[in-house]
Amino acid sequence: MRNRTGRATRQMTQGETMARAATKSPSRASSATSATKRSTRSTKTAKATADVPSNEALVGYYKQMLVIRRFEEKAGQLYGMGLIGGFCHLYIGQEAVVVGMQAAIGEGDTVVTSYRDHGHMLACGMEARGVMAELTGRIGGYSKGKGGSMHMFSREKNFFGGHGIVGAQVPIGTGLGFRHKYQKTDRVSLTYLGDGAVNQGQVYESFNMAALWKLPVIFIIENNKYGMGTSVQRAAAGPSLAERGHAYGIPGEEVDGMSVLAVKAAGEKAVKHCRAGKGPFILEMKTYRYRGHSMSDPAKYRTKEELNKMRQEHDPIDNLRRVLMEQGVAEDALKKVDREIKDLITDAADFAQQSPEPDPSELWTDILVDA
Amino acid sequence: MAVMTYADAAKTTLAEEMRRDPLVWCLGEDLGRGGVFGQYKGLPEEFGPQRISDAPISEAAILGAAVGAAMTGTRPVVEMRFADFALCAVDELVNQAAKARYMFGGQTKVPLVVREPMGMWRSSAAQHSQSLESWYTHIPGLVVVCPATPHDNRGLLKTAIRSDDPVVYMEHKNLWALEGEVPDGDPIPFGVARIARAGTDVTIVSWSATVHAATEAAESLASEGIEAEVIDLRTLWPWDKRAVFASVEKTGRLIVAHESVQVGGFGAEVAATVADALFGKLKAPVKRLGSPRVPIAYAPPLEDMLRVTPAKIAEMARTLVQQ
Ligand SMILES: Cc1ncc(C[n+]2csc(CCOP(=O)(O)OP(=O)(O)O)c2C)c(N)n1
Ligand SMILES: [Mg+2]
Repeated sequence: MRNRTGRATRQMTQGETMARAATKSPSRASSATSATKRSTRSTKTAKATADVPSNEALVGYYKQMLVIRRFEEKAGQLYGMGLIGGFCHLYIGQEAVVVGMQAAIGEGDTVVTSYRDHGHMLACGMEARGVMAELTGRIGGYSKGKGGSMHMFSREKNFFGGHGIVGAQVPIGTGLGFRHKYQKTDRVSLTYLGDGAVNQGQVYESFNMAALWKLPVIFIIENNKYGMGTSVQRAAAGPSLAERGHAYGIPGEEVDGMSVLAVKAAGEKAVKHCRAGKGPFILEMKTYRYRGHSMSDPAKYRTKEELNKMRQEHDPIDNLRRVLMEQGVAEDALKKVDREIKDLITDAADFAQQSPEPDPSELWTDILVDA
Repeated sequence: MAVMTYADAAKTTLAEEMRRDPLVWCLGEDLGRGGVFGQYKGLPEEFGPQRISDAPISEAAILGAAVGAAMTGTRPVVEMRFADFALCAVDELVNQAAKARYMFGGQTKVPLVVREPMGMWRSSAAQHSQSLESWYTHIPGLVVVCPATPHDNRGLLKTAIRSDDPVVYMEHKNLWALEGEVPDGDPIPFGVARIARAGTDVTIVSWSATVHAATEAAESLASEGIEAEVIDLRTLWPWDKRAVFASVEKTGRLIVAHESVQVGGFGAEVAATVADALFGKLKAPVKRLGSPRVPIAYAPPLEDMLRVTPAKIAEMARTLVQQ
């Protein structure tokens, strides 16, 4: 495999993936921080996630959420400096969703999402360096600079993109579920979509197929209240997005998407359902994005009060920090985490600026496999 | 005569047409706040939420519903906001809108305008940058319009709204802010090209944003003593063969330049038609200049390699004139 980030990486063979899938690795949960803290993970994390997570696991979630938050803040800065261009959709505010879901799955489970994908990739264990360098359009990026913010992928980390056409990832995620079943694994497909995307027709074609064939797909609707400038109320009929699978017999639940623990618990339930061969599950995550839809959106369609209330009362990171303090985790330990993350993000930003632009010859590669 | 942007020219015209004809209405995503490029600003306030319908993200249903509403006598203007997203609704456009009249023996018509902003817009990458006008020229039953100036974005939109046929109306995203003189006045008929610059040595046929690259190329060629004639086709179907033939008869040389992929582009149609009709009058082979057959890259240096620039056009013209 091409070495993107200055470290040797290697494409796992299908066989290896399957072998690792068989022994649920604890490393998934905290893999977002792998660049700095590979050694701190222990098997305790996985065992503890069954019920009340251990302090160590909680710190892991805190860390992953903060990695995403700091990464996105840095991306916003680099965008402001003109180092990132085009479309760039930040995930700030929604961190608990991907981190909680990632804590509920295991090795070999797959993830696919839309263009608001940085958080998903970091949570999947993709390296901050490679993601940031894609944002700056450099050869060290996950797509060699050809894809940009919306279009990244990692076979190794089971992340299947990064899709810019609203709703397009939903049938793709259904196909990932098909593969898990076809290969007789008990792996699940996490298929993320937005509250705006739920109004696309292919979502319902996917619901029907997934239910009909009992595919292990968890459709995770990230309801952040807006699809660009359009509020859910103005775009979506019906009382609840979680119920949109009702006609197909797909169970659905509304989840507090601002609480990593609520997400994890709901995720575990859905994963169990899928692994037992009962077909798809829908989770509607009630969440919120703090920034505009993309970097060019001043978000004038909502009030400052609405935003401030979410930030002050429901921030997923502040909330978990409070839990950690209550659990007796020392403030110093959290400060140390903060520092490590700062270093990780600084390193990623440096890498993203130092990595060269793609060579002109790259224009002609990766178009067809054989021609 | 007013000076207006390309976006405002369309908006003003749309408003005029909506005032003139109560059957004209719009639907599309985010129209309620004036459209993502501001090309509907003020219209929701003036015309209300039914005539400026703010649709959920459902391109197939938006276009299909417009076909039904058009067949029954209203005149929908559909906003797809990126030509790339319109691909979600291509069945409704190609299998339904384009064929209804023919299949049903002329009993119905589909007076529909489908706005599909197209083209490269810095670093928008592979799914937000495409120019797919040639796809639609291939489909019998569709009209294809690619305005290059604010003036044309007024006159051609007027004609499109008044047309009884389905019109794929492709504005270029990079032109929204372009300013130009916009005379009040008549609709611009389909199938009539515009001579953007007169010349005698080589004909450059183009449309949409590439017209401006061709004009820039022509200006630099003029300083070297080469007089290029730049023709802006304005509409690709119907296209103004007469204007192109008249020019090539005079110059004996033709370049067709467009932003979209060269392979299978509409340039191929123009080139083949001219080669066929004017074989004996050509002083040099007919040339095309388009993007290589490569998805549009995010990184600026790669994206730039895909562009048809004034320099590339001028270089090709020089080579032709030397022959
Ligand atoms: C087919 C298609 N239609 C429209 C768009 C433009 N668009 C991009 S994001 C978006 C809003 C999607 O909202 P939602 O699904 O809620 O996701 P969020 O951005 O909130 O994460 C729209 C309309 C697109 N990219 N693709
Ligand atoms: Mg949303």
